[in-house]
Amino acid sequence: MSITDFLTDLVNPDLAFLPKALAVAVMSSIVCGVVGCYVVLRGMAFIGDAVAHAVFPGLAIAFVLQGSLVLGGAVAGVATALLIAIFSQNRRVREDSLIGVFLVAAFALGIVIISQAPGYAGSLQQFLFGSITGIPDRDLVLVGFTGLVILGLLLALHKEFVAVCLDREMARSMGLPVFWLDIVLYVLVTLAVVISLQTIGNVLVLALLITPAAAARLLTDRLGVMMLLAPAIGGTSAFVGLYLSWSYDTPVGGIIVLVATAVFLIAWLFAPRHGLLAKRRTRLRQPPAEPDPVTGPAVAAGNAH
Amino acid sequence: MRALDIEHLDVDLGGRPVLRDVRLHLDRGELVGLLGPNGAGKTTLLRAVLALVRTRNGRVLVEGRPARPGRSAIGYVPQRHEFAWDFPISVEHVVLSGRTGRLGLLRRPGVADWRAVGDALDRVQLSGLRRRPVAELSGGQRQRVLVARALALAPSILLLDEPFTGLDMPTQELLGELFASLAREGRAVLMTTHDLVAAVESCTRLVLLNGRVIADGRPDELHDVEVWMRTFGVSETSPLLKLVKAG
Repeated sequence: MSITDFLTDLVNPDLAFLPKALAVAVMSSIVCGVVGCYVVLRGMAFIGDAVAHAVFPGLAIAFVLQGSLVLGGAVAGVATALLIAIFSQNRRVREDSLIGVFLVAAFALGIVIISQAPGYAGSLQQFLFGSITGIPDRDLVLVGFTGLVILGLLLALHKEFVAVCLDREMARSMGLPVFWLDIVLYVLVTLAVVISLQTIGNVLVLALLITPAAAARLLTDRLGVMMLLAPAIGGTSAFVGLYLSWSYDTPVGGIIVLVATAVFLIAWLFAPRHGLLAKRRTRLRQPPAEPDPVTGPAVAAGNAH
Repeated sequence: MRALDIEHLDVDLGGRPVLRDVRLHLDRGELVGLLGPNGAGKTTLLRAVLALVRTRNGRVLVEGRPARPGRSAIGYVPQRHEFAWDFPISVEHVVLSGRTGRLGLLRRPGVADWRAVGDALDRVQLSGLRRRPVAELSGGQRQRVLVARALALAPSILLLDEPFTGLDMPTQELLGELFASLAREGRAVLMTTHDLVAAVESCTRLVLLNGRVIADGRPDELHDVEVWMRTFGVSETSPLLKLVKAG
């Protein structure tokens, strides 16, 4: 199918679910791209994974009660994020073990709940792997609104989040509420995951959070640029992924993730400074490091600690 | 008024006594080296000055007022490994991040903030590298970025935690000169270090700490090997004492 056929299908009133799916996929990819920058830079990928699994019981309850899936997922995800943040204050059990405990428990709870609903196998597959049909109009609005709130909060708290990322001890000494900033960030990650679940699915949503941001990190050394590149990569992957999925009748979540992964691999190979080829080239050339007037020549990046 | 007054300070960590009856006073213009073995409570003492640990007893006054995070005129330079050096950020933005607490929520940095960043970078001679990503800096340059970040608040007290660790001798010497001149300009500088040579060389006063203050005086007053033996728990034949006598 050509891209023009795809665009024609998008405006075809009989296929009204298609533009809705596209809007939700692109919006959530953009939001995940921006939030993902913090997830990647702070090494919180495991927390993203935990939250993605933890929303599952919420989805299951919402499904059984015929409520809003976005709302159900959000409540369950935020509850888990808070539990992890609170339990991690006890240093006897490490944070990653706690996350391991909670994510599997939440997932197990979700499976038990959803098995109570009749005909659950089909809906289970939809939750896990995403689908482009059956997005209600109110979810379209909810996703858009939630996305704007997430981006607004990230913008408002940007300098605080950066300070905490850079060094927590210094952030504390400046009087920043580090614990509460962590909670807010966890909740924002949760909400980004929840609004993406519908199209991408529970299992694959982590890729939307990590892959575009990781690719963007390879392409730039500036946070501002990274936070523009990551949503651009995510949004484009969602658009191209949906087009390919529609053309070849393949699962949309899987295709979007594969497109984003292809972008990541290209960045990993060809990125101007941090790509594999660029590194090999500089190693061959060995440019002389610029000497510093006070402390002598600079060392290679990443060696000095 | 003294820049820093620590009186009868007791601190416990996890139910274990770490500091007992610590008394320490700093005036502007002093560069004080805080020396002691691992576990002596050096970093804990700095954190107590920053009001980041609960004190069991005693008090810490900064310019006559109780210390409060984000409110006191303290510039803190944590150990270099505390900082996320792989973060995609330029030198000048790291220095600007030092003003985050003072700016307050929802406020964006203005002309005054950028001027403070420029002054701090000039002071540590990093203005030429202000747009460089921090990941590409050498160890000595990184240390100076952290000092500039602390200076961005124009503090009257500077706390340095192990600034010399992992740096070669020429770099240590240059940093020592920088710290000494920062003190001469009217700041009180308190620095923990394991590096006895650099400390004896550049500090105006040395404080030997091991749970409590064992000795406090000018480097040339601390020739009594007995206090060094007590602080570091070493025997008379330790090479450490040779080092001290030479200094």
